[in-house]
Amino acid sequence: MTDTNREVLLSIDDLHVWFELRRFGFGHAGYVKAVDGVTFNLHYGETIAIVGESGCGKTSLMKTILGLNTPTRGKIMFEDKNVGELTGEALRDYRSKIGYVQQDPFGALAPFMNVQRILEEPLVINGIKDPAERERRVRKVMEEVKLTPADDFLHKFPHMLSGGQQQRIVIARAIILEPKLVVADEPVSMLDASVRVEILKLLRGLQEKYRLAVIYITHDLSTVRYFSERVFVMYAGNVVEKAPVTSLVHTPRHPYTVALMDATSDPDADNALRYRELPGGEPPSLVNPPSGCRFHPRCPKRIENLCEVEEPQEFQVDEHLVACWLYK
Amino acid sequence: MNSIRKFFIELFQYPSAAIGMIFIIGLIIFSIYVVIALPYNEAISLWRGDENTWYKTPRTAQPKWVNWFRQEDLPETFSFNSADQQDTKTEEFSNGTNKILISFPFEYNSELFPQEVSLYFKSQYTAKQPFVNVKLITPDGRTINLNSFSIGRTYTYRLSQDQKLQRKFFGISPEKGIFVDPTVNADSLELLKAVPGTYELIVEGVAFEEGSSLDAELIVYGHVYGWAGTDHRRRDISIALMWGAPVALTFGLLSALGTTITTMIIAAVGTWYGGWIDEVIQRITEVNLILPFLSILIMIGTFYSKSLWVMLIAVIALSIFGGAIKGFRAIFLQIKEAPYVEAARAYGASNWRIIMQYLVPRIVPLLIPQLVILIPANVFLEASLNIINLGDPVLPTWGKLIQNGVGNGALTQGYYYWVLEPAFVLLLTGLSFAMVGFSMDRIFNPRLRGV
Repeated sequence: MTDTNREVLLSIDDLHVWFELRRFGFGHAGYVKAVDGVTFNLHYGETIAIVGESGCGKTSLMKTILGLNTPTRGKIMFEDKNVGELTGEALRDYRSKIGYVQQDPFGALAPFMNVQRILEEPLVINGIKDPAERERRVRKVMEEVKLTPADDFLHKFPHMLSGGQQQRIVIARAIILEPKLVVADEPVSMLDASVRVEILKLLRGLQEKYRLAVIYITHDLSTVRYFSERVFVMYAGNVVEKAPVTSLVHTPRHPYTVALMDATSDPDADNALRYRELPGGEPPSLVNPPSGCRFHPRCPKRIENLCEVEEPQEFQVDEHLVACWLYK
Repeated sequence: MNSIRKFFIELFQYPSAAIGMIFIIGLIIFSIYVVIALPYNEAISLWRGDENTWYKTPRTAQPKWVNWFRQEDLPETFSFNSADQQDTKTEEFSNGTNKILISFPFEYNSELFPQEVSLYFKSQYTAKQPFVNVKLITPDGRTINLNSFSIGRTYTYRLSQDQKLQRKFFGISPEKGIFVDPTVNADSLELLKAVPGTYELIVEGVAFEEGSSLDAELIVYGHVYGWAGTDHRRRDISIALMWGAPVALTFGLLSALGTTITTMIIAAVGTWYGGWIDEVIQRITEVNLILPFLSILIMIGTFYSKSLWVMLIAVIALSIFGGAIKGFRAIFLQIKEAPYVEAARAYGASNWRIIMQYLVPRIVPLLIPQLVILIPANVFLEASLNIINLGDPVLPTWGKLIQNGVGNGALTQGYYYWVLEPAFVLLLTGLSFAMVGFSMDRIFNPRLRGV
């Protein structure tokens, strides 16, 4: 499914994002290794999903791509520019090329600004001084996210809107600068089930219309199939499996992916009667991750004297890239 | 606009806020009126004026309204000037001498004595001084010869200080003696009463040159003056009471605004940038918190300047890194993590824009009540500085009045109005701001509503 001939938009190479822990405000007390060696390429117009449980580093990865965190090691190349080295004007220019859709739509909108002001802010910051031009673009983008007629919404404050409408505003804000990449961090997890599909379809429609590249971050595999081409599964700061979405859903390879798939709830009446086998134990500490394969303490298919000793590389299995010794 | 209207409707649900608001608005209108009606320069020259400016007013006179509460009205001050009232003066030139007769008939209707009686003379001559004889005709027809003297170009005859007259009245001070009925025997000085009726003060002047002139002004000082009374230097207290309002409001408002806004911005900057900037701000705050505020102000006042503006700047400078920084920081730390701030960073907002447009607006509702409550605190601070003798040496203010009053025996000699009037307006100002502030606090922080 992945079209390798397409041009690469974003290239991440051996990215490490570590946060220093301090003792008494100045003493060093180790690092939280939130992202620990992630490598992938994202092409123009491609959509990928990053899944994983809470605390696996998806959000840190995303914030690093947005330029909010600085990488400790490794490189993020966006259109041949090293994001880690950007400063000032260039960094702002880079940020304007990435849209950001957040998880909590109400929190993502400043409560003291009305819709017009919220949508104008990115334009003002990125140097569009003409108010008429700004208003034209605000109206256009509100049409895109199907908040019409715009006049009904422009002077409302976030708390006057429903959750779905708030999330549309967030999406409108993300695409108002006509970005090439949109990062969506669990965009529907805080919404009612009834509006989730609508929002996902809206995102999908925008992605197709503008040939946007989308990084869709979620812990909910059931929403992944709506619009990603590839899925990356993250565990404890590593990407453990990369695969096209249909293939991953039907034949998960990595034991962790298998466990995740098992945990995904499908609206099936039989599920009420079935007991699910889940990997025991807790997600590992990111300060002192387990040696070797990070999943080994919870892995049902653990190979003694190998998994806990050596970190697995990525192995190609069909269309999957799996970091697991099982596929050596 | 709509939200502002809604806020005021809500505010006026609290009667205390409504009353406070009315007083504040009244005070502001009054201040504007004062500044226009009695311009700064005029007020200052009046307030700094000496006996020449204030010779027409009685010393430490009570306000007029005390008469509302008395059975017997205290006499008011009245005066005659022969230069203004030509009919009081007759001139007769003969044999090289100019005989001038000035007569001031006046009704004296009180049984209480005046405070003082003085005559102010003005004359024009080339070489020889005019000679004057002063006498008084009482209602019962007696003529009392008061004194005679030759006068210079200006001459003041203070009847109350005339020792010879005092002896003549057997020790009763002259301003009383001239009004007493000599046939009535009183056991003590307190029981003496003035005889009401028409008196006539006659000045017989002789000028020895042609063209020389003589004018006299008679002032009988009463015990009440104006609506606020006078102080020990005969100054009208109402000037200080009036000018105290704009000074107090300006000081209170400027210092409150200056401190809260800068404090808030510093707290926002420290919280946003974090790291060493935050550390430095926190440490400065902690050091500043233990510095003795008043002692530093006393040192500045003693060694540098007591000007109101210097004090204002010192107060602001010392309060910027005050306890409020800690409170603001706590709130900013929370707001800083809000997703909308992260979103702003993601679409490229600069640090300064995030601080001013994203962090600060969230804290304004908390800031306004604090600001309103801080205003009277600073008004009181200004008054306190005056009381410990650190007041502005030029400006007439409420605190200055209290300090003058206390310093000149207002409390031991019964000039209560001198201290109580400024204290009352201070209290009124403080109370109205506090009432509005507390109500605002309840509106902006609904959790307090049940309390």
